[in-house]
Amino acid sequence: MACAFAEKEFLSDAPSPLATPRASEKALLRFITCGSVDDGKSTLIGRMLYDAQTIAEDQLAALDRDSKKFGTQNGALDFALLVDGLAAEREQGITIDVAYRYFRTDKRAFIVADTPGHEQYTRNMATGASTADLAILLIDARKGILPQTRRHAFIVSMLGVRDVALAINKMDLVDYSEARFNEIVTAFHDMARELDFQTIAPLPISALEGDNIAALSERTPWFQGEALLPFLENVESARAQAGDEPFRFTVQWVNRPNPDFRGFSGWVAAGAIRPGDEIVSLPSGKTSRVKRIVTQDGDLDAAVAGQSVTLTLADEIDASRGDVLVAAQQRPDVASQARARLLWTAETDMHPGASYIVKLGARTANATVADIHHLTDIHTFEPAPARPLGLNEIALATLRFDRPLIVGDYRDNRDLGGFILIDRITNETVAFGLIDQRQTPQKEEAAPSEETAPPPDRALLRRRLPASLGPALFSGVCVGSGAILLGASPATGLLLGLADAVLRPLARGVYANHRLNRARAAARSEERLGDGAGI
Amino acid sequence: MSPPRNEARERTGELMIQLTHLQKLEAESIHIFREVAAECEKPVLLYSIGKDSAVLLHLAQKAFFPSRPPFPLLHVDTTWKFREMIEFRDRRAGELGLELLVHVNEDGVKADVNPFDSGSRLHTDVMKTQGLKQALDKYGFDAAFGGARRDEEKSRAKERVFSLRSREHRWDPKTQRPEPWRLYNTRKRAGESFRVFPLSNWTEADVWDYIAKENIAIPSLYFAKPRPVVRRDGALIMRDDERMKLRPGEQVEHVSVRFRTLGCYPLTGAVESTAATLPDIIAEMRASRVSEREGRIIDHDGSASMEQKKQEGYF
Repeated sequence: MACAFAEKEFLSDAPSPLATPRASEKALLRFITCGSVDDGKSTLIGRMLYDAQTIAEDQLAALDRDSKKFGTQNGALDFALLVDGLAAEREQGITIDVAYRYFRTDKRAFIVADTPGHEQYTRNMATGASTADLAILLIDARKGILPQTRRHAFIVSMLGVRDVALAINKMDLVDYSEARFNEIVTAFHDMARELDFQTIAPLPISALEGDNIAALSERTPWFQGEALLPFLENVESARAQAGDEPFRFTVQWVNRPNPDFRGFSGWVAAGAIRPGDEIVSLPSGKTSRVKRIVTQDGDLDAAVAGQSVTLTLADEIDASRGDVLVAAQQRPDVASQARARLLWTAETDMHPGASYIVKLGARTANATVADIHHLTDIHTFEPAPARPLGLNEIALATLRFDRPLIVGDYRDNRDLGGFILIDRITNETVAFGLIDQRQTPQKEEAAPSEETAPPPDRALLRRRLPASLGPALFSGVCVGSGAILLGASPATGLLLGLADAVLRPLARGVYANHRLNRARAAARSEERLGDGAGI
Repeated sequence: MSPPRNEARERTGELMIQLTHLQKLEAESIHIFREVAAECEKPVLLYSIGKDSAVLLHLAQKAFFPSRPPFPLLHVDTTWKFREMIEFRDRRAGELGLELLVHVNEDGVKADVNPFDSGSRLHTDVMKTQGLKQALDKYGFDAAFGGARRDEEKSRAKERVFSLRSREHRWDPKTQRPEPWRLYNTRKRAGESFRVFPLSNWTEADVWDYIAKENIAIPSLYFAKPRPVVRRDGALIMRDDERMKLRPGEQVEHVSVRFRTLGCYPLTGAVESTAATLPDIIAEMRASRVSEREGRIIDHDGSASMEQKKQEGYF
């Protein structure tokens, strides 16, 4: 039997369920679960999968077997074992790698990134956050906010997650105490003032007992909000709402099936486009109009962020992989250097001046770390002096590229502002980068001012001083002996030489500081010039 | 996929389109296909004829339209696939005008490795895993698309979209590269290769919904009809040809069955069903409380067995 025919017959038979809006077509919410070790992340996901009835009988049977073998719940079902898939994880009872889980309810489809709590796996946690619309941040009600909670909140915020479900877990172990719940929520709000969250929804839960997961629990009558699953079904995430951004399209592949067709296959990173709209190809700066939006299902009237399409243009302009087609009226910056936050993901340290491969959108180029301005302590959120960057550390740095890149601030667009650095010898992904173009940076990245020499510049000067000491002494000797030759007393000559040797480097240091600031200001105005000039 | 204008609505001059989850999954898969075509030298699509391969092939066509996918299809034939799968494979490749490469591990054939006498583990290793490695080496492919999904199995849930394999095709779960955003590090050394999984974020339900929505052709083995089956070791095995010898006491019954996954027929258990249309199958799947890999006899050697097979080079 040829099934294609069977399907066609079925399709032509009215009433076809395929003709009406499909129950299978849902909105999608991606979220990440994070929190400290043993806060019960994997248990929570297992519980949600179980409550959403997405665990099959044979999986339950395997879970029962595994729970008796590896379980941490005295033989009772250990939901964590549903998601900890690697042998090493099961043996150690911890989550090492990010695991993706999938479930649906009547209203929504969900993709869950279950991420490790241990600090050594921070990069895996950041990976999960990079595509998330929302974060479930777990807190053990007995322990309250831990250093790992702060670290995860910071990384989730840095990676652009604006909505947080604050799940205060293990409420069963604090007798479902409203006072304890409120205490933790208040502490979290205090901490989150320094972060960039839009909504924080606190929930008292017990993943183990199932309280406030699928439905409101009778054991927390004082709780006025929604249970977790209904909350996730109904929440409108800030990210999903962003719809009126200027058009950005990364060209992945030039589509040339024959001499008569030349299309640009790529990804709509932001905004929307219709045939007839004017675009600029960057970095060339050539303008044209969109002629067709081509797909195998026929041409589209419009394409929006999150779609993969092929565009043909009215004019034969040159564009290739890595170029970006953008709205003619609102152009992003094209810059050969950029300031960015780096999350270091390699075991080997990064030193300023080191050169890497950068991948941003569909563009690959070479990048040099021109400067590390300062590190950020992810526990205190405070700036820390610049030094070589180690695994899981975060720093604000300036990168120089060997060709102009199309960059956007990460907070505006993850596709134009997020990049990776690759070690050209080991091929390892050594850093996540987030372009940071804001003129009014946050507290921990206060712009350097001329009056107060800020930590990054002092660090820079320290590095430069030893190199300038030799020449300074030499010039001091020269000045001193020159003065003696001109008839001054040897003592005066000595004094002059000494004064020169000491003062000149200091003056040079101040000058270097001044020059650095001027160079930064120039770089900033260059970026501004780039904006709109399209070059 | 149908144009999004159905869901489009005008609002104060701004275009607001809410993409459905299937549209998002489709767009992300297409993005992955294009990244490979642009960054890898010699990709190939591993075509294993089942429903996931059907969706994979469909997405590959969409990704490059109006061009044809710039890579061939490769089927590693264990010589124990359902006969209908082979017919279907050849017909589809012909209809789509795509180059189809078929590889059989002749060493295994010579040694008479087969699922009945050699056991599922040895058969799978020799005919599937070693066969796949032979084929990849023979043609020098540096990227192979596969239809694996993270929801299938726990160790797959941890695998990257771009899964780096050593010169010996081994997977090392401990040195996987992080994949933030949509950025894939496609750098590799000579001899290394990638297994690429565009369906990573799809679920079994997504695959079926998409097949229905896009009217994608799949082998009729997925649809229920009376078939000759033997009850053996708790599974319903279809006797697809004479090579399956009956054990004492066994007899061939004609039972209405279908298959949730397709593989080597002696290793693929059927489920009793009368679901003969896509809506019936989808309804049955929704009601089902058994996972699709239940019918796969090779997966039951222990919870971590898939991880081990993958480390050895299995897809």
